Amino acid sequence: MLELDRLGCGYRGRSVLRDISFELVAGELLCLLGPNGVGKTTLFKTILGLLPAQGGSIRLAGEPIVRWSRRRFARHVGYVPQAHTPPFPFRVRDVVAMGRCAHLGSFAAPGAHDRALAEAALDSLGIAGLAGADYTRISGGERQLVLIARALAQQPHILVMDEPTANLDYGNQLKVMAHVRDIAARGGMGVILTTHHPDHALLYGSRALVLDRAKRYAVGTPAEVITEAYLQDTYGVSTEIHDITRRNGLQSRLCVPAWGAPATAGRRA
Amino acid sequence: MNGAGQGAEPARVAALALLLAAVFVASFAVGRYPVPPLTVLAVLAGELAPLVPHWSPETEAVVLGIRLPRILAAMLVGAALSVSGAAYQGLFRNPMVSPGILGVSAGASLGAALAILLGFGMPGIQAMAFLFGLAAVAATWAIGAGLAKRSDPVLVMVLAGVIVGTLFTAFVSLVKFVADPNNTLPTITFWLMGSLASVDLADAGLAAVPVLGGSLVLLALGWTLNVLSFGDEEARALGLATGRLRFTVILCATLVTAAAVAISGIIGLVGLIVPHLARMLVGPDHRILLPVSALLGAAFLLAVDDLARSLFEAEVPLGIVTSILGAPFFLYLLARSRRGWN
Repeated sequence: MLELDRLGCGYRGRSVLRDISFELVAGELLCLLGPNGVGKTTLFKTILGLLPAQGGSIRLAGEPIVRWSRRRFARHVGYVPQAHTPPFPFRVRDVVAMGRCAHLGSFAAPGAHDRALAEAALDSLGIAGLAGADYTRISGGERQLVLIARALAQQPHILVMDEPTANLDYGNQLKVMAHVRDIAARGGMGVILTTHHPDHALLYGSRALVLDRAKRYAVGTPAEVITEAYLQDTYGVSTEIHDITRRNGLQSRLCVPAWGAPATAGRRA
Repeated sequence: MNGAGQGAEPARVAALALLLAAVFVASFAVGRYPVPPLTVLAVLAGELAPLVPHWSPETEAVVLGIRLPRILAAMLVGAALSVSGAAYQGLFRNPMVSPGILGVSAGASLGAALAILLGFGMPGIQAMAFLFGLAAVAATWAIGAGLAKRSDPVLVMVLAGVIVGTLFTAFVSLVKFVADPNNTLPTITFWLMGSLASVDLADAGLAAVPVLGGSLVLLALGWTLNVLSFGDEEARALGLATGRLRFTVILCATLVTAAAVAISGIIGLVGLIVPHLARMLVGPDHRILLPVSALLGAAFLLAVDDLARSLFEAEVPLGIVTSILGAPFFLYLLARSRRGWN
């Protein structure tokens, strides 16, 4: 669905990332991992067409997107920003209905069909009860879910999510990640998200793209690319990656810090 | 909470329309030549239907010849400043923004000051104010578009507006500095204070064209303004061509403001306060916020203009009264409720 071919991104006169190639297919959850400042946000902005590509190409459904209108692009790709506080207290159902923009004209407003889709999106995330609340008055976790609902109401094929678990408490992190996995696995969307938790990629991701400090990257299954060596090199911390057996007998892989780590961590810094 | 909130909105709009109608009738009655409200209604009805006048010709002259143009102008200017203020607050995502943010008032001031300096009559002053108001915003747009390549276009636009406004205000001071202190200087100073004392029906009718035209486009863009208030990147990711839409909103709001300022001079705070008040009444959805701002702005400026012309023996310039009344009122709004923007 989404193909990046030797994509370069950055700002005018300053290259941030070069030669990024990968393909995202339907039903896939791709987790993007990398240290702060390596260019994850720049990559996202380039994928979203908010920054011009500095070389290479982005294709959607086989077509280069260079000449696509914002509207056409938004029908294919939805964006979930980090939960934020806008200046005005719109109601949650109005915020979610904004996802219908790409399907409406400039002088139009959402109609009954659009409002129904917005309510359905809220319902699918289990937050239908928030529809009448002020978006500025709900919790950070709820706001993140509302933004996901807005992107679902947009009915895209691909979702791009910028650190959907940032600033959320433990319970909300798990809830958001479970919904995201569900959207990919059952909804058939391709999802790309950034996260700072290797466990999120290991537990929920179907693939991972990891960036190191030298801006080299690797794409593969989370188990292939999230290794003790990568975490040591990139973050300067010693970790152990373990396979565990869950109570239902399924296997999962988790990352835990190695004890006595400070000495090795200090060596790299 | 929602059911009550949404059910209350049509009732509030109806109440506002009634309020405006009441202020409208009362405004004919107020002044140094008092006219009973029933006579006002009869005179107005006499324009529409063939009534046998039971009122004096003087009463008719006061109501139709003197007060009607002024009342229409006050409503037009109040509505115009409030609609453009509400649209700008949404577009610039900031409840502290006023219609003059991109330099339209400073530009209009320079146009009017130059016209007065050059000895133009009232139509010339109005035309120059209107054109210079547009020119100042065009300069802001050009600077903003030139610099916005590498940063937030909305922020750059506001900063460019501050600079252009400062520059045009400096030119206004320069014009005042060279103006004749016995003749043109007082006229310029008086114009800058804002007043509707010399507006006639033709002025109001001419200004009504850009005000109504621009306001209608802004009203039609109400829902789009909601989306734009989430910021440029988010709105683009949602599928809006933000550059073109921002241009349209700025163009319309500028036409509306410049036309109002051209007939009234500088009237501060209305475009800042009224959208706040409207947001407290009906929430931030621009589809309803813009029409409510128009109703409220019309009623507010009409009431203030009534005070300006009846409070003292000599008429106080409207801009002074709006600011003196508006400043504490604004503080009261801030202290009482933050519902409107937080």
